[in-house]
Amino acid sequence: MGLLAYGAYLPSYRLGSDSGVRGTRVVASFDEDATTMAVEAARGLAGHAPGSLWWASTSPPYLDKTNASAVHAALRLPSAVPAADLIGSARSTFAGMRAAVASGGLVVAADVRVGKPGSADEKTGGDGAAALLFGAGDAIAEVLGMVSETLEVLDRWRDPQRTTGEQWEERFGFEQYADLVRGVAARLLDEAGLAEADHVVVTSGNSGITKRAGALVKGALSSSGSPIGFSGAVDPLLGLAAVLDVAGPGETVLVLSAVDGCDGMLLRATDRLVSRRAARSVADQLAGGRPIPHLTYLSWRGLVERELPRRPEPDRPAGPPSARAGAWKFGFAGSRCTACGFVHVPPLRVCRSCSAVDAMETVSLADRTGTVATFTIDRLAFSPSPPVVDVVVDFEGGGRTTLEVADADPERVDVGSEVSLVFRRLFTAGAVHNYFWKARVR
Amino acid sequence: MASKGIKDAVAIVGMGCTRFGERWESSTDDLLLEAVGEALGSAGVERDDVDAWWLGTLGSGQSGLTLSRPLGIDYKPVTRVENYCATGSESFRNACYAVASGAYDRVMAVGVEKLKDSGFSGLLRADPPSDGTAAELSLTAPAAFSLLDPAYTAKYGVDPAVMREAMTHVAWKNHVNGARNPKAQFRKEVSRETIEGALKVAGRLGVFDCSGVSDGAAAAMIVRAEDAYDYTDRPIFVKALALASGPMRGGLDPAYDFTSFPEVVHSAADAYAQAGITDPRSELSLAEVHDCFTPTEIVLMEDLGFADRGQAWKDGLAGDFDLGGRMPVNVDGGLKSFGHPVGASGLRMLYEAWLQLRGEAGERQLADPRLALTHNLGGRPGGCVSFVSVVGNQRG
Repeated sequence: MGLLAYGAYLPSYRLGSDSGVRGTRVVASFDEDATTMAVEAARGLAGHAPGSLWWASTSPPYLDKTNASAVHAALRLPSAVPAADLIGSARSTFAGMRAAVASGGLVVAADVRVGKPGSADEKTGGDGAAALLFGAGDAIAEVLGMVSETLEVLDRWRDPQRTTGEQWEERFGFEQYADLVRGVAARLLDEAGLAEADHVVVTSGNSGITKRAGALVKGALSSSGSPIGFSGAVDPLLGLAAVLDVAGPGETVLVLSAVDGCDGMLLRATDRLVSRRAARSVADQLAGGRPIPHLTYLSWRGLVERELPRRPEPDRPAGPPSARAGAWKFGFAGSRCTACGFVHVPPLRVCRSCSAVDAMETVSLADRTGTVATFTIDRLAFSPSPPVVDVVVDFEGGGRTTLEVADADPERVDVGSEVSLVFRRLFTAGAVHNYFWKARVR
Repeated sequence: MASKGIKDAVAIVGMGCTRFGERWESSTDDLLLEAVGEALGSAGVERDDVDAWWLGTLGSGQSGLTLSRPLGIDYKPVTRVENYCATGSESFRNACYAVASGAYDRVMAVGVEKLKDSGFSGLLRADPPSDGTAAELSLTAPAAFSLLDPAYTAKYGVDPAVMREAMTHVAWKNHVNGARNPKAQFRKEVSRETIEGALKVAGRLGVFDCSGVSDGAAAAMIVRAEDAYDYTDRPIFVKALALASGPMRGGLDPAYDFTSFPEVVHSAADAYAQAGITDPRSELSLAEVHDCFTPTEIVLMEDLGFADRGQAWKDGLAGDFDLGGRMPVNVDGGLKSFGHPVGASGLRMLYEAWLQLRGEAGERQLADPRLALTHNLGGRPGGCVSFVSVVGNQRG
């Protein structure tokens, strides 16, 4: 089994300087969560048909209900592909990597990291997602080895009822982890018969480890940590993705994650990596971004409650209609009339153009682009972050529908704007997350 | 055209309409009693003279019991109907058919809405459980109708600033008219500066581009045309009743350009055929139309045939639809100024036709009107129900 593909997704918002943040704090939009971002990170990889799907997160939108099943549905994977959650700590990701390597699967990690206002977690964490696809075939990197050490330690923890967590003094964790990190690195390199790796990525929720990563284990060409600060379960995958964006053929990459022990994976890039890098590099996604005021960010995370338009909250989506409409709601599948070719979004049984009944074929438009036929800014509509921008989208290849705009900048929306689709959470009502697609101006 | 129509088969012999507005002091029951009482009195009949009742309400009650309970109606048929914002017209249409069919001789059509008890802005929806994906679930009515403005300016090359003036003129005109109507919600003229400077609600629509959210009720007493003069010396005869429900193609079809309501075009053509109208501009004396938002009225002028395509903005600015213009539109203030208690609105439009055609419209009275059109729409651009009626003060 080798690495067949990888992908990363970083949201486009950055915490504004009025929060006291220094540097770049990547933050998910109000309509993003660990499920929607996982879909965005893994969308480009699913064409390879994974044997299994492992979704890792420290910020699961649901408990009792599997989150990976929504990712599975949005990626339009066959029902026979098993999908499961690995949730709780940043360590879950390596469990997913182990499972994915063993069976030829897709491991995707995503997190919205929340800190108390003014805390280090708020300022130095990061939100995002990353995915690795393992399988037989033409790999972009070989897996040379995996090693794990486990340690019971009170370094970082969180009450399951709360969104923000706690840490012990960082020097305590550093001392606990430092030898484990060195030891895991040494074992992996020994087993591979290497003196050192070309690239070393060390990630940890303990900032002492990440600050001294280069001193603990040095790479011949590069030593790095998480590209966006501590991003929970995403950290090791995002760090690896950033290296795969630049690594040359034959170069080795050592990924080490110090969380309640230490996990490590050693890979060697093949000649194919250069032509099969992720469509958008981590660095590209990290560049730019739109700052949001601290107060807006706090309201997005539910840490302050803002006055909303005087409109009723929406009803929760209902289970049976959502199940019947699964291919539409999660896979954005419309119907195309086989008699006349008219495309219906959402799918209909009676053709709007030629009136043919039940002569439809399913067509997914999730990866199509479209143009804005007309649009409006709705200042009255309920939204966790008003105003709502809505667009009427005409799709390339046929089909029209009305969608909300994601990451809306009203100044950038116009008739004729080109849009693509992103998987988002329209709202949450009755503890049900209303997942659906939005248009995003390209 | 499939409709045969019931031209001159039935007549209105009595009407009632409450003052529209924020009627904090009045319940739905109170509003119903007020409107029905006025209609009964105007027709000179008692409650128990009515053979059957129709009640239109979008959300202020369910079933015929909403009417039979407050009025204490004893075991008569009461039918509750709902057809979005065309609900009041739907109550009237079905009541007329009940008389035309010969099943009943005296029928009352009633419409009511109590919007101001919810504490929310605008209209509320009562949608069935769903998958949560429909844009209408979040997109509000002003936002949906605001789509007309940029589409219209783009298609006809109208300078957006001039289109803004045309929209402002609609609001200004309807406030001028409403100021002359003792039952209107807003009885005040509003300056163009105030209209244009108002807080934005959706797109370029400000609060003064939107109809008034209000409470109210209206009612019409309908009898056989041949019996009409038994009740009043000035009955109003029903010339046409048309309803078109769309396939909601516009929201799905890239060919739809948001500058017309095909449902309105179809219902108008049906109504004109039923009434034998070939030139609505010269034959109609006035029109009460569904000015839910200012750009709606502009588009309706074209869909109803009152203006050429792409010209309604210009005709409106020229004063063609003002009280003294060539085709007075919404002389009672319209939804804009009279208010829009949904289930009552269609009957409120007929109430103004009733007053005008009987010469009872006070300072709004037009000179010698003969035929009036009412147009009532429910839904939004891309998919709606559209109702058109024609009524006149002469039989035949």
